[in-house]
Amino acid sequence: MANLFRRIVSYLKSHPWLLMRRTLQILIVLAFVIDIPEVGRIAHGNLSSSLWFWNVPLTDPFVLLQSWLAGAPLAKVALIGAAIVAGFYAFFGGRIYCSWVCPINMLTDAAYWLRQKFKIKGNLTMSQDLRSVLLVMALVLSVITGTLAWEIINPITLLQREIMWTSAVGLTFLSALFLFDFLVTRRGWCGHLCPVGAFYRWIGHYGRLRVMAVKTNACSSCTDCIKVCPEPHVLAPVVAQKAMAVTDSDCTRCGACLDKCGNGALSMKLDLSRGNSFRGIPIVKD
Amino acid sequence: MTKHIPEKVSVAVKSVIENPERRKAMKRIFRHAGVAVFGAVVAQAVIFSRPARAAKILRPPGALPEKEFDSTCIRCGLCVKDCPYDILKLATWADPAPLGTPFFVARQDPCRMCTDIPCVKACPTGALDPLLTDIRKADMGVAVLVDHENCLNYKGLTCSICVRVCPIRGEAISLKPIQNERGLLQIPTVDPDKCTGCGTCEKHCVLSEATIRVLPRELGLGVSGTNAMGRTVW
Repeated sequence: MANLFRRIVSYLKSHPWLLMRRTLQILIVLAFVIDIPEVGRIAHGNLSSSLWFWNVPLTDPFVLLQSWLAGAPLAKVALIGAAIVAGFYAFFGGRIYCSWVCPINMLTDAAYWLRQKFKIKGNLTMSQDLRSVLLVMALVLSVITGTLAWEIINPITLLQREIMWTSAVGLTFLSALFLFDFLVTRRGWCGHLCPVGAFYRWIGHYGRLRVMAVKTNACSSCTDCIKVCPEPHVLAPVVAQKAMAVTDSDCTRCGACLDKCGNGALSMKLDLSRGNSFRGIPIVKD
Repeated sequence: MTKHIPEKVSVAVKSVIENPERRKAMKRIFRHAGVAVFGAVVAQAVIFSRPARAAKILRPPGALPEKEFDSTCIRCGLCVKDCPYDILKLATWADPAPLGTPFFVARQDPCRMCTDIPCVKACPTGALDPLLTDIRKADMGVAVLVDHENCLNYKGLTCSICVRVCPIRGEAISLKPIQNERGLLQIPTVDPDKCTGCGTCEKHCVLSEATIRVLPRELGLGVSGTNAMGRTVW
C-alpha cells in the first residue's frame, strides 16, 4: 500500500501539469460541496450557473444560449456570468474548460487509462465532426421543443448533481459513458461526441494560451508527445516542424505533451505576438 | 486520366464530377446533415416522451408558467442552495419533471413562505420572477379539498387541522358552516385568491392520504365562462 502511494507520488512529481490539472478539477468539485468552517461555501449552484465568493456570477454560455433559443428572455445576472466565462475562454482558449474544469474529464481519462492497461486495440472509428453535428442538433432542438435540449442528458451537470446530492439515478448513463470510452472508441466522448467541448472550441478559436515549440532543435522527433495527446492531430504540424505553435482549437491545453517531452522542446506560453494573430503560422504544404 | 462526362449534365454537376475535392466536401456535408436530421428526429421523440410535470410537483415561489419556466430555468440549483428549510430538490431522471429543475412536494415538505423569499433572490435568470416581493402574492398552486367522502369535517367532526396550520389563517382557508342531514358541519373552504399553494395544509392532513391537496391552478380551479359543449344535447 505504502509502495503504491509512493509510486503515485513519484508519478505526479514527474507529471506536474497532470498534478495541477487534477488539483484544480478536484478543487472545483469540492468548492461546490464543502463548507469551510467560519467561511462557508466558496461556490454555490453548479456548473450551469454559480455564484463564487458570494459575489461573482458565472454562467455556462452554452446553457444560456440553449435557454435563449428555447424562448427565454435574457436576465442580467446570467448574462454577466456568461460574458465573464466566454471572455475568459475566448482569450485563453476554449477547450481549457475540457481538461481543467469539466469533471467528466476525470471519468474519461480513467477510462482511457484502463483502456491502455488492458491493451484494448479495438476501436470504433467515428468522425470528430460528430460533436459539431451534436452541437447544432442541441441548438436546433432547443428552438423546436422549447426546452434546454442538451440539459436532458448533459453528463457534466448530471455527474455534479449526483455528487452534490448523492443520488444514483444517473449512474447508469455515466457508467455507459465510461464503458464506451473504455471499450468502444479511443477518447470517444470528449474527442468525438461532446457538444459542450465543440461549443467551447468554437468560442475559444483564437485562444492565445498555446503549446509552443520553444527550442525546435531540441526535438528528437520521437513523437512521444503525439502518443499521449488526447487530440493527436493538433501536434502534428509542430512535430513535423511546419509550425511553431499549436494553433488548432481542438487543443485542450492539458499539458500532457509537456509532461512527456524529455527534451524541453515544448512549453505553454501566452502567445500575444501580432505576427500570427488570427491566422496561425502558415503551414507549408508539400 | 480524364473521366468521361456526359454532355447533357448541368454546370453544377459537371463541376462536382470534375472536382473530386469538392465532391468529397459535398459528401461529407450531406453525411453530417443526414446524421443531424436522423439524430434530431430521435432526440425530439425522446424529449417529447419524457413525462410531463406531475401534479404533485410544485415549483418554488415566483416560478413562471411551466412552459416558460422550462426554457428560462438553467438548472443551476442556486434556489435549492438558498432555501433555509431544504425543501427544494433538483429533479433527477426518476422524478416526473424536466431533469435538473427545482421542485418540492407538499406532502413531504411544504414551502415555509419566508418573507424575504431567498430562493427568488438567488435565481440568476428570472425563472423565479424577481418582481415577486410579497410572498403572499406567490402562486405555487391552489389548495383544493379533493375528497369530501373521507374528510373528517364532512363526517361531522371538527378536525380542522388544515385551517389551524395555514400560514394565512382565516383568509386563505376558513370554516364555513353548512347544515345538512348529519347536522351542522364546519367545512374548510379555500379562498383561491388568497391561497399561495404553500402546501402546509396538505402536509398536516391527519389521514394517511391527504384529502386536501395543492394542485397547479389550471388543474385545481374551474374558470367561469361558457363551454359550448355544456349546452349541447346530443
